[in-house]
Amino acid sequence: MISFISKRLCVAFCVCLTVSGLSFALMFLTGDPAIAIAGSGGRAEDAEAIRIAYGFDRPVTVQYLDWIGSALTGDLGQSIYFNVPVTEIIGNRVGVTLTLGFISFIVALAIAVPLGVAAALRPNGWIDRIALIIAVSGQAIPSFWLGLMSIVVFGVWYGLVPISGAATWQGYILPVVVLSYYAIPELMRITRSGMIDVLSTDYIRAAKAKGLPMHLVISRHALRNAVLPLVSLAAVQLGQLLSGSIVIESVFALNGLGRLAWESLLRSDLPVVQAIILILSLLYVLLTTLADILNAILDPRLRGAS
Amino acid sequence: MIETVLNIQNLRVSLPTDRGVLHAVRGIDLEIKPGQALCLVGESGCGKSLTAMSIMGLLPRYAKVTTDKFDLVGQDLTQKTQAKLAKMRGRDVAMIFQDPTSALNPTLTIGRQLTEGVMRSEGISRKEAEARAIELLERVGISNPAARLTQYPHGFSGGQRQRIMIASALMGQPRLLIADEPTTALDVTIQAQILQLLGELQSDLGLSMLLITHDLGVVAAIANEVAVMYAGRVAERGPAKDLFADPLHPYTRGLLAAIPVPGMTPRGSELPAIPGRVPGLIGPMAGCAFRDRCALSSPECGHDPVPQFKPGNNRFVECLRAGEAAP
Repeated sequence: MISFISKRLCVAFCVCLTVSGLSFALMFLTGDPAIAIAGSGGRAEDAEAIRIAYGFDRPVTVQYLDWIGSALTGDLGQSIYFNVPVTEIIGNRVGVTLTLGFISFIVALAIAVPLGVAAALRPNGWIDRIALIIAVSGQAIPSFWLGLMSIVVFGVWYGLVPISGAATWQGYILPVVVLSYYAIPELMRITRSGMIDVLSTDYIRAAKAKGLPMHLVISRHALRNAVLPLVSLAAVQLGQLLSGSIVIESVFALNGLGRLAWESLLRSDLPVVQAIILILSLLYVLLTTLADILNAILDPRLRGAS
Repeated sequence: MIETVLNIQNLRVSLPTDRGVLHAVRGIDLEIKPGQALCLVGESGCGKSLTAMSIMGLLPRYAKVTTDKFDLVGQDLTQKTQAKLAKMRGRDVAMIFQDPTSALNPTLTIGRQLTEGVMRSEGISRKEAEARAIELLERVGISNPAARLTQYPHGFSGGQRQRIMIASALMGQPRLLIADEPTTALDVTIQAQILQLLGELQSDLGLSMLLITHDLGVVAAIANEVAVMYAGRVAERGPAKDLFADPLHPYTRGLLAAIPVPGMTPRGSELPAIPGRVPGLIGPMAGCAFRDRCALSSPECGHDPVPQFKPGNNRFVECLRAGEAAP
């Protein structure tokens, strides 16, 4: 187990290095950053002055090491647009996204897993059919439309919840509903199919033959095996939810990471974009590594492999 | 002391399919006395596994079961709810399965899987249950059993896993042990070891056993009594020795004739096979199911009911021309 975890962490570290290199390279892929900062009306001398001021005249490797070194100490540079530290800007916006993402994730799991299990217990039964309708509609309805409609119905017509912003906790209700509705279908379908596969195995029949009551057969024997594919998917989903949805945040006027990334792109505020990409990539690496470790805890066969 | 561990009269199991109702088991009687081993022999699809599953109460939900009598250790199973049936499993009747590699849960330790049933049904502590598990693992031939309780199934070979399955089935000290093709998935040398183990356990513990197989060698090794099934019915039943020495049903004869005998069957000669195929079991059926493949069949074989004979010594055969010599 320890060797498994250390191997996974080594792989994760290598991925992190690659990701940091790529997000650093972004700065230069979009053209000369000095000219971008100087603006369309900037003169050549201005660009040259900027190049020296920002250190763009140094060799790329030195710049990279400098950047990664300060990133490691928590300094992600200055925003070109606001001229304040990037960490400060991100720090102001990340809370909304994290709150929304985590709550939506928990709500989605709490609905998707029991529903998937219930659907698998009686395939083509009425629960299964309702679950299918939820899944299909969840995947078919665009979240911006659902978001706008829910604002119109619950915010404007009935006045039950605030129509925008995150000033109060009520402001999170509609975004959480819409975002978790987006996450539920995949989570539920993978729970269902995993569960159906597991329920037809011999060891489930053997567990029943031991006289275990059905709830133990499901919780102890079936679910543990059925959630293995779910864990991997859930890690990716959580990554998506935590990285902030531009659509949801725009529709509900929430100042989260998704919106920040989009605004920064429009403003060519590259240090911010760079930092967001780096943070989100590292978040994905962290989550998938955690998912792998969790799966190895759940399934002893995985510990020996890789 | 109860007289019979298992007493089934006129068991019928049918399954709905897209092409009509499949009559998989079409009225069979089975009786097992304490300490006896009954072998249910037949080819794939003759209904032997469904018979076992109906005794375990583990048939798929859509299967339809009817019986005139269905007693297990003196209790009428037809009167039991699902929850009560679940309570009987493991204690009154236990089962070992065909493929030991898939019958153990890969994510739980051996110790957990052996003890969980009895800890619940008998309310004993983990320590007591583990002590029993160690004792049984030792008995079925797993070395260093105490240390192996913490291991997972993937650390064991197929033969070892089947031994573990046997130990697991014996944990609840069941009155009846059902073994559904327990050696089919194993290597030939391991098969012999497992059969020997089952035979020893049966005589040592006085186990009643229902052994399901298509391998007549298995039958000869263990069974006191044999029931030959064909197309959902018992064609012939009797004490193992008598049945092997003097088969009465043409199907039983065909089966026995198809086994090569070392030293007797000429090398390179073609083994006698039973011609034709098992009839489909969908829809109604009249007369003897074997008649299309039978060398002795006559037009009367298509009439219901097929005559049954009880030529003494606990023997039973269902055939119009039972005992007649094949031409």
